[in-house]
Amino acid sequence: MGKIVGGIGLSHVPSVGPAYDRGKQQDPAWKPLFDAYIPVREWLAKLKPDVAIVVYNDHVADFPFARYPTFALGAADSYAIADEGFGTRPLPEVSGDADFSIHLCEQLIQDEFDLTVCQEMGVEHGFLVPMNLCFPSTASGWPVKSVPLQINVVQHPLPTARRCFKLGQALRRAVESYEEKVKVVILGTGGMSHQLQGKRFGFMNEKFDQWFMDELERNPEGLAGISHQKIMEEAGAEAVELIMWLTMRGALSKKAKRVHRHYYAPMTTGMGLITFED
Amino acid sequence: MGQPLKPIPDTSIFDLRLSRRGRRLNKMCEALCSPAEREAFKRDEEAFMTRFSLTEDEKKLIRTRDFKGLIEAGMNIYAMLKIGSATGNSLYKMGAQMRGESYEEFLKTRNISGAV
Ligand SMILES: [Fe+2]
Repeated sequence: MGKIVGGIGLSHVPSVGPAYDRGKQQDPAWKPLFDAYIPVREWLAKLKPDVAIVVYNDHVADFPFARYPTFALGAADSYAIADEGFGTRPLPEVSGDADFSIHLCEQLIQDEFDLTVCQEMGVEHGFLVPMNLCFPSTASGWPVKSVPLQINVVQHPLPTARRCFKLGQALRRAVESYEEKVKVVILGTGGMSHQLQGKRFGFMNEKFDQWFMDELERNPEGLAGISHQKIMEEAGAEAVELIMWLTMRGALSKKAKRVHRHYYAPMTTGMGLITFED
Repeated sequence: MGQPLKPIPDTSIFDLRLSRRGRRLNKMCEALCSPAEREAFKRDEEAFMTRFSLTEDEKKLIRTRDFKGLIEAGMNIYAMLKIGSATGNSLYKMGAQMRGESYEEFLKTRNISGAV
């Protein structure tokens, strides 16, 4: 039977990708971020998940605005590395688990989440930065299989935070009804506070970010009632990505315990990290 | 239910109305996800813009690298990153311009400006 063994909330700041590829792990400006993931990887090595469900958003790379899904789930055995307009990162193709994905699609749609099902999908920094930090790839591939779950957090109207939370709860039911033995970690990515356009470019709010992580841990049901307006006003327009962390949190049980927590805000984004063991 | 977002000072809210206004601009940027199209853009910017049916006002915004104006004209920020990359303007350079600061002034406002 399928089992969710852990959840991770983490930022997916694009500049982490090139910093990683250029070997800046020991650079004083980057070290605090990269070091925070060392204990997380040790913890994951003990949990030994088979699959990572990655809740992320595409940044106008593989999903054009001509047809833009609210929720899109990958159902393939592999996912290409997408070109976001700056060339592709030197990473191996992502391995999927189509059988598991198909099961999730069947269950979620039965459960009234009318997803767009993607048999071909390219993944970019929203997916790759978190995966790279938690499950670094080698020349022979990635240590776990993935299921990408893409959410529209870019073109309003967006799904509500509550809807994203409920999607997480439905995901848990879907995972637990899988007949094969599979251990799952779920990643909720994006945020935290940041704004990338307008005169308010560069706006961050550490106080909001810390509060968000507090609430995510202690009061997720309450946090799911947060409005887009509140997030965008208090943490910047692009911080609304944080609703994807609620999908991760919704997929965890009431007994899930927080394990790691970290925060670093060097440039224009509050980079948060929080893990839960379930 | 279904309350539209209220305006936020100094912030653009990329909703369907704005996305529709920026349709041509965003479609052009989406094409830049292909290496061949990036080459075509760099080779002949004017022809590239014409191919995507940009209006004269839109072309002017691209020619003058007016990033603040492009956002107001409906260009999505993530679409704009592709134009930035093709024209040698990083996110932080575009950001400084949108704030009305020089790049150096902007860097001084950051906590750890080495993390670029
Ligand atoms: Fe993002």
